[in-house]
Amino acid sequence: MLINLLCIALIGFIIWWFWLYKPANDSSVDASTLILVKDGVYTPARIKISANTPTEITFLRQDKSGCSATVLLPDLEISQDLALEKTTTIALPALEKGEYPFHCQMQMYKGVLIVE
Amino acid sequence: MTKTGHTTIQLNILGAGCASCVGKIEKAINSVQGVDSAEMNFADRTVLVSGNASAELIIKAVESAGYNATQIQAESAEDAMNEKEQADLQHYKSLLRHTIIALSVGIPLMIYGLFIGEMTVSTLLEQTVWGLVGVVTLAIMLISGRHFYIGAWKSFLNHNANMDTLIALGTGTAWVYSMLIVSFPQLFPEMARHVYFEATAMIIGLINLGLALEVKARGKTSEAIKRLIGLQAKTARVIRDGKDLDIDIAHVLLNDHVKVRPGEKIPVDGVVFEGNSTIDESMLTGEPMPVEKVIGDDVVTGTLNKSGSIIFKATRVGKDTALARIISMVKRAQNSKPPIGRLADVIAAYFVPAIMIIAIVSAMVWFNFGPEPSSVFAIVSATTILIIACPCALGLATPMSVMVGVGKAAESGVLIRNGEALQTASKITAMIIDKTGTITEGKPQVTDIILVNADSEEQVLALSAGIESHSEHPLAQAIVESANDRGIEAIYTEHFNAISGKGVEAEVDGQTLLFGNLKLMLDKHIDIGLHEAKAQVLAENAKTPMYLALAGQLLAIIAVSDPIKPDSIEAIARLKLNGIKVIMLTGDNKATAAAVAKKVGIDDFFAEVMPEDKANKVAELQQQNEVVGMTGDGINDAPALALADVGFAIGTGTDVAIESADVTLMRGSLHGLADAIAISKATLRNIKQNLFGAFIYNVAGIPLAAGVLFPVFGILLNPVIAGAAMAFSSLTVVSNANRLRLFKAKEH
Repeated sequence: MLINLLCIALIGFIIWWFWLYKPANDSSVDASTLILVKDGVYTPARIKISANTPTEITFLRQDKSGCSATVLLPDLEISQDLALEKTTTIALPALEKGEYPFHCQMQMYKGVLIVE
Repeated sequence: MTKTGHTTIQLNILGAGCASCVGKIEKAINSVQGVDSAEMNFADRTVLVSGNASAELIIKAVESAGYNATQIQAESAEDAMNEKEQADLQHYKSLLRHTIIALSVGIPLMIYGLFIGEMTVSTLLEQTVWGLVGVVTLAIMLISGRHFYIGAWKSFLNHNANMDTLIALGTGTAWVYSMLIVSFPQLFPEMARHVYFEATAMIIGLINLGLALEVKARGKTSEAIKRLIGLQAKTARVIRDGKDLDIDIAHVLLNDHVKVRPGEKIPVDGVVFEGNSTIDESMLTGEPMPVEKVIGDDVVTGTLNKSGSIIFKATRVGKDTALARIISMVKRAQNSKPPIGRLADVIAAYFVPAIMIIAIVSAMVWFNFGPEPSSVFAIVSATTILIIACPCALGLATPMSVMVGVGKAAESGVLIRNGEALQTASKITAMIIDKTGTITEGKPQVTDIILVNADSEEQVLALSAGIESHSEHPLAQAIVESANDRGIEAIYTEHFNAISGKGVEAEVDGQTLLFGNLKLMLDKHIDIGLHEAKAQVLAENAKTPMYLALAGQLLAIIAVSDPIKPDSIEAIARLKLNGIKVIMLTGDNKATAAAVAKKVGIDDFFAEVMPEDKANKVAELQQQNEVVGMTGDGINDAPALALADVGFAIGTGTDVAIESADVTLMRGSLHGLADAIAISKATLRNIKQNLFGAFIYNVAGIPLAAGVLFPVFGILLNPVIAGAAMAFSSLTVVSNANRLRLFKAKEH
């Protein structure tokens, strides 16, 4: 019985943690921060930028896996190869308010641009 | 490379031997208009300049101060490519190392479990021995599987789950369960005291092996772009101050005079102004025949000078050259996704947490309703589900094929703008082809002159050349050229007026001169009597007849014909073979259009179409639920190309506006069109195979791992087999995409 309850609790936790949880917006940082590509995640993964101003975001890839080698911004039709152990800067056009996800080819790495 | 706007430029300074040079160099740079500041770092002989002055001006200023300077460029595409290859090779080796370490423990354990002894824990001795094995397995996990666990943990903190999560959970569950058995065997029934250390070690080894092979296979998918990058020459021979200088390609300036000898590559784009030669452009256009180049002709970066020495003036350098733009476009297209991949993306986004839930539910079912030892079955099924599920195959299915397909197309001189264009091109049902310059050469010639009331052919040509010299129509050029060739001087005409879709009018000595088609003659009430039949005969022979009338009287009929390109017939047959309805579009009269269409094997045509009506014809077909492709030269047909589901701009040589169309055909031949369709069809087929394989793999593998076969057949999948299956599923996807590299457009 205890094990069953534990399992159900675990399922509930998975649903909440991965799907329902909405991060507080204060965890995002502005575009001047370097985005580290390492160990399966973009750090930071939530980037705040100002609306209607062209800006740049910079990545530093430290993960050798092929998956991390390209970052895609599907809404902006941008895809950029990231060189290993080097910074790569992507110029962004002026954007309207909203959320613009970015991810690797297989969506294992995920991040979002929050335009305000 | 010219840089405009406020920016910083970094230069390498050569010849600065003493610290006192610093002031001199900085002063020289500061005197350049637009420079805000210049700071020299004497230790590494570099100078950082900010402002909006161009690099060329700054370099000149440094040179005038008695030093040499070169701009420090962002690394070249080739360097970046080599670096990437090096990094991949290292990654491959490290993954192989991890594989060997993990398998060297996993394989002996597995052999023991299968053939030698039981992997169960009952006695204190067994507890000790398996405890030691557990510690060794933990070491394997930390050495060879470290990246999975770190990745899983970091993703978890980010409310994210990925492949690492599944591997970490699967192997972690097997290890923790086994350690519980070792530590507290008395808590479990006798039958359930089985350890799964071999599964943990084997899975880590196999997945590392799969990843290693995938790195190798992925490298091959970018071969096309590597080849394009390799076309760029590293140095150029420029003539400065009367001297030949071999300089780095990055330092070639606009308007530099560049010398190229036979056997050398064209280093930047330019226009020939001395010498002549033949140039092999096949690497960019797919056109096998070398192209003759004389003074005034364009030469393109990356093509190969074959026969003579030429000097040309650089017109585009750095990232503006056709080759650089092609590379960047192909790269962009290779990473874009066709709509067909979107479903897989949506699934991939929810996949991992869903698998975790399925694993838990499966474990609960086994635990509550399964046979004894139910805890073992529960753990085995959960582990196997976590391991066999593969989000990677799903995620890789589309991008890998697009990567290879777009690259393959580029190799045959077909530039596909993005994944969406690729997918739509594969579904085209009707293809409209603009006649002039696509089916035909686009270089009309005068073939017949039928005199009616005129005195001589000379008079006819003098008058018609006089009126047509005002016009930009391709047929007009044919008339003017014909007069020129025969040394006939055009008669002066005034009050020129072009009547769209009909012809032109002007005045000669106060008399009205008309030149155009039958409609124009009828409009202006010119009596053409029985001569229409003669014009009809010309039209039926694929010639375009035009009437010349002066002062209300028909003077002559001039026929112009645009030769059909030699391979148009074959290429159109290829399109029809693909089940595509081919429709010709032309401003010509119906009889000429019908004759040309018949000659090239086209059944349908739109004749007498005004330029502004081309787009309407596209819309008309779209309303009949056709997926419409439109092929034109990309200049006059822009609205029709934009409206079509896929617009194909056909180029002559490499002088093309590659950003304008969905698909750009670098060579003039319609075979490029057939190739483009064939490649997009093959790529879409490949994507479908990949997606189907990846879906089926997961849809079949997961229930199998959960044990659906157990109640009837008593079969439950072994976690090690799940690990092998998972490792090779994504490799299969990448390898299948690589098969596209062998695709030969013309054989299909």
